[in-house]
Amino acid sequence: MKLIIAIIQPHKLEAVKKELETVGVNLMTVTNVLGQGRQKGHTEIYRGAKEAGGLLNKVRLDIAVNEDFVEPAIKAITKGAHTGDVGDGKIFIMELAECVRISSAERGQTAIG
Amino acid sequence: MNSGDTAWVLVSSALVLLMTMPGLAFFYGGLVRRKNVLSILMQCFVILCVISLQWVLFGYSLAFGPDFHGIIGDLSWAGLSGVGSQPNPDYAATIPHSVFMVFQMMFAVITPALIIGAYAERVKFPAFLLFTLLWATFVYDPLAHWVWGTGGWLKTLGGLDYAGGIVVHVSSGISALVLALLLGKRVGYNHKPIRPHNLPFTVLGAALLWFGWFGFNAGSALAADGIAANAFVTTNTATAAAGLAWALIEWWHNGTPTILGVATGAVAGLVAITPACGFVNPMNAIFIGIIVAAVCYIAVAVIKGKLGYDDSLDAFGVHGVGGTVGTIATGLFAEKAVNAAGSNGLLFGNMHQFLVQGIMWVATVAFAVVMTLIIYKIVDVFIGMRVEEKNELIGLDLTQQSEAAYTVIE
Repeated sequence: MKLIIAIIQPHKLEAVKKELETVGVNLMTVTNVLGQGRQKGHTEIYRGAKEAGGLLNKVRLDIAVNEDFVEPAIKAITKGAHTGDVGDGKIFIMELAECVRISSAERGQTAIG
Repeated sequence: MNSGDTAWVLVSSALVLLMTMPGLAFFYGGLVRRKNVLSILMQCFVILCVISLQWVLFGYSLAFGPDFHGIIGDLSWAGLSGVGSQPNPDYAATIPHSVFMVFQMMFAVITPALIIGAYAERVKFPAFLLFTLLWATFVYDPLAHWVWGTGGWLKTLGGLDYAGGIVVHVSSGISALVLALLLGKRVGYNHKPIRPHNLPFTVLGAALLWFGWFGFNAGSALAADGIAANAFVTTNTATAAAGLAWALIEWWHNGTPTILGVATGAVAGLVAITPACGFVNPMNAIFIGIIVAAVCYIAVAVIKGKLGYDDSLDAFGVHGVGGTVGTIATGLFAEKAVNAAGSNGLLFGNMHQFLVQGIMWVATVAFAVVMTLIIYKIVDVFIGMRVEEKNELIGLDLTQQSEAAYTVIE
């Protein structure tokens, strides 16, 4: 089992969600987050005063999957979120030690999907 | 007595109330951080309550009551004694005296509320309360008497302040600067950005200010007549010119126009046309709007940063500077062709009026600076003006009022 954390552009959420559904990944948690990467945030101006370094709005997806779904999920996220510019985001993959479905107390691989 | 005049001034009084609450409250409320928005709304609302009562009990009598040596009114109208439905021809012959009183009440309310912009996000609530009451009594009431009260020395001198450029905006703006300097900067100012938490609130507030200002300026005719109409037209014209001019200036200076810029410019235009609206023609109102936008922009975007004082919401930069521009502009552009009861300004060959405007400005600034210093010291000794650093970091909503504007989870 793996946990996929993807940081994407907010306006790409619908496209990523659609791509994930086509490869059979329907379960995800989505949060609004702030962040900056190589593009170093943005500049805001209030009454003539420039304030650099404002963090950018991003969307974070947390997706738990079984091994078979890891590569298809990565491909789907990349396809949905890609523009080729800086700021497209990142995908992090990590080992998932356990998963429990609260309603049925199922554990492990059967609990994920 | 004239029912049309009475109806217009009653409606105007309600319009000026709207300027403080919710107009100014939301204009300022949107500009602070989310942890302090309720403190701004609270301060505006409480000023409305406290000064309404102060005005009825003794404030109106001090400002407009029978003259004492040109300096202040006496207390013979305290508790509105003798201020009833009969007109007072010294102020307004065609409306009940009580209507004139309540119209002036709304001016007395908004003036200390304007100062909130300077001490926003770092003042103790009890200190704010005491300061406001003392300032209204010992700064606003005497100044209103000097300029508008029968027998007031600046009125006798011939000073022109149609709707409060001096009495309301210069007095509050200069006092705001003194407070900003005495209180010091907010924690973290200059080190990290202090962003407005809700610009839509600010824009809503600015729009309500514009709307209410028709009562403030056109209502100051104290009649539904041609002078009121001129004030209405010049108010709208100067405001439009200033809002647009500010946007164009920042577009050129920073590469982008902003809605906060348009809103700020519009308020600066409203401030500057206030002393002039009943004396100038609409074309000169455009000049006044453009000039005030440029001057206030320089004050807020350039000079404030260089001098380093923290006038949180630019109470001085917009009201003090804008009121000064308007007072001088009145001395330049006033003409008897617009208002026979007024005077000609410098551009119409009357140097004297220009000098009188200067004297009025200097007297107001000197008086407001000295009195604000004294009142600040008194309040600081007895209560302490500024909150502790820990409380400032947590925010005034939680530490001064034990409530929060926004919930994160249900």
